[in-house]
Amino acid sequence: MSRNQILERIRQNKPAATPLPELPDFPRADLDPVSVFIQTVETGGGKTLPFSELEAWMAVEHPAARLIASNVPGIQGNVELDAVPTPTDLNPVDIAVIPSQLGIAESGAVWVTEADCVHRVLPFITQHLAVVLDRSNIVQNTQMAYNRIRVDETGFGVFIAGPSKTADIEQSLVIGAQGARSYTVFLR
Amino acid sequence: MNHAQKASAFIRDETRTDWHNRAVWHLRQKRDLGAGSVPEWEELRNLASAIKTHTLSNLDDYLTRFEEKAAANGVHVHWAATAEDHNRIVHGILTDHGVQKLVKSKSMLTEDCHLNPYLEARGIEVIDTDLGERIIQMRHEPPSHIVAPAIHIRKEEVGELFHKELGTDAGASDPKYLTEAARGHLREHFLSSTAALTGVNFAIAETGGVVVCTNEGNADMGVHLHGLQIHCMGIEKIIPRAADLGVFIRLLARSATGQPSTIYTSHYHRPKSGGAMHIVIVDNGRTEHLGRADFRNSLKCIRCGACMNTCPIYRRSGGYSYGHTVPGPIGSILTPGIDMKKFSDLPFASTLCGSCSDVCPVKIDIHEQLYKWRQVIAEAGHLPASKRWSMKVAGKVLARSGRYDFFGKMARMALRILPRFMVYNRFNPWGKARELPAAPKQSFKEWFKQQNQQP
Repeated sequence: MSRNQILERIRQNKPAATPLPELPDFPRADLDPVSVFIQTVETGGGKTLPFSELEAWMAVEHPAARLIASNVPGIQGNVELDAVPTPTDLNPVDIAVIPSQLGIAESGAVWVTEADCVHRVLPFITQHLAVVLDRSNIVQNTQMAYNRIRVDETGFGVFIAGPSKTADIEQSLVIGAQGARSYTVFLR
Repeated sequence: MNHAQKASAFIRDETRTDWHNRAVWHLRQKRDLGAGSVPEWEELRNLASAIKTHTLSNLDDYLTRFEEKAAANGVHVHWAATAEDHNRIVHGILTDHGVQKLVKSKSMLTEDCHLNPYLEARGIEVIDTDLGERIIQMRHEPPSHIVAPAIHIRKEEVGELFHKELGTDAGASDPKYLTEAARGHLREHFLSSTAALTGVNFAIAETGGVVVCTNEGNADMGVHLHGLQIHCMGIEKIIPRAADLGVFIRLLARSATGQPSTIYTSHYHRPKSGGAMHIVIVDNGRTEHLGRADFRNSLKCIRCGACMNTCPIYRRSGGYSYGHTVPGPIGSILTPGIDMKKFSDLPFASTLCGSCSDVCPVKIDIHEQLYKWRQVIAEAGHLPASKRWSMKVAGKVLARSGRYDFFGKMARMALRILPRFMVYNRFNPWGKARELPAAPKQSFKEWFKQQNQQP
């Protein structure tokens, strides 16, 4: 009922047709995506490190971490992601290590799909997030990123651009709101 | 109370007004840095505006495409003509799933529909999970800003509130400490609720999915932890292609807070395994607004809040002075469409300086629409008597050069010779809280004539 009523009213009231513009993606030859990415991640409260330092980072930065969930081959965790019965069981996870197929220089964001994180909630519920990204997969801007991915390839996908943050109390920036407290991208 | 009365109550506390002004202006300054970092900023605004215009001109088509795709993805799509329909549909879904506690992320639409009180009256606990929203929910207040809902509240007040509600230390007001307390409190609610509801930033016709942008990650903490997810969207949230997101995401957060993007840009396309996903498409006055040729452009709004952050009136009158969900310049052109008589004062809550239109990422002609609303409101007879008569008199005076010269002379003389109380009283709003400029001896016209006579 409502459906047809809404559509009918739109047909009566909509303006005359205008064209859908083509989308240029504004390439910049003067910028190196990798160095811009590194800088943007740091400005946004995150960190970048070489992939070779991932295990040392866990040992040095998070020696007290008890639960580590990894979906990156070669990085040993102690949470069997396929065997977790419900997503709420992931609440005690200290560190999640997940792969990403794409990074964006201008925002420091990485694209994470359901296939990358196994459980959709993992990159949010974990205390600390570690993402593994190939340097060659960093594009300059968000438009180029959307041209590279299929947003509906899996049921859920997210661009993550830093640690969870808020400025809702007097505009003071606080890192670690409801999601991960830290965001570290390991480049390889 | 009208806008001017509420604004004058707001500015009575001068220190607080200055503080509010600075807090909001801070966002504007960050927006300038964000926008300035993108050389193609103006081209992006043009593209965003053109995509939205095109979408509005094909809205029925894109909505049905979206519905078809979403259904193929296993999503239940509902249509709500009114706020009541929307609330009933959401309540029905929750009842079907036996939900007793719902976690919500920010949604101006559900605020507009008064969903929370509707559900609470039917025994469902509703927890707003955006930190700012949670703060105002605990204070039983509506949001005063669409991006920073608690921007009017000082940290000491949050400290007091959390001391009472969450048991934080008395007198503690450090934002980091308070945010940490809220994090623990909200985690418990995320874990113990059984359903989540979000607003929608963008809905992609091409793929049938919805996109939600947050910085805290609260939408995703809610959506992914349990089976049922509900997304409520106005019909105008549709965009044609996934690639269009590239343009809008580049503009949205930069315009709002200066960030290159929000921390999380989440794309929901299919229910999680064993779960259910519902999308409610809401009209609630939007199709009517689409029929107003002079005002339909306001449906292009992506809710970044840039227009309120830059507005000299909003910054010094606060969000509540506008009396409706969306405040500031964009609210002042949307709200009269809902009830022109009740909100007839809002288009006058502006200096028409045009700064709102300058910062708008989708190039809505906000200040021009404010001006047009004034005319529509005047024609409909909704002007207050004082404005109606003064306009009539001014019209008569300005229409004849002789009358204008005469009254100009009278006014200049009056300002010079009248005692203070005759000029500064309640009949002259221009003399309220400010000194009028010293009256010159001659008018510009007289001066100009004199100049031309001299060799």
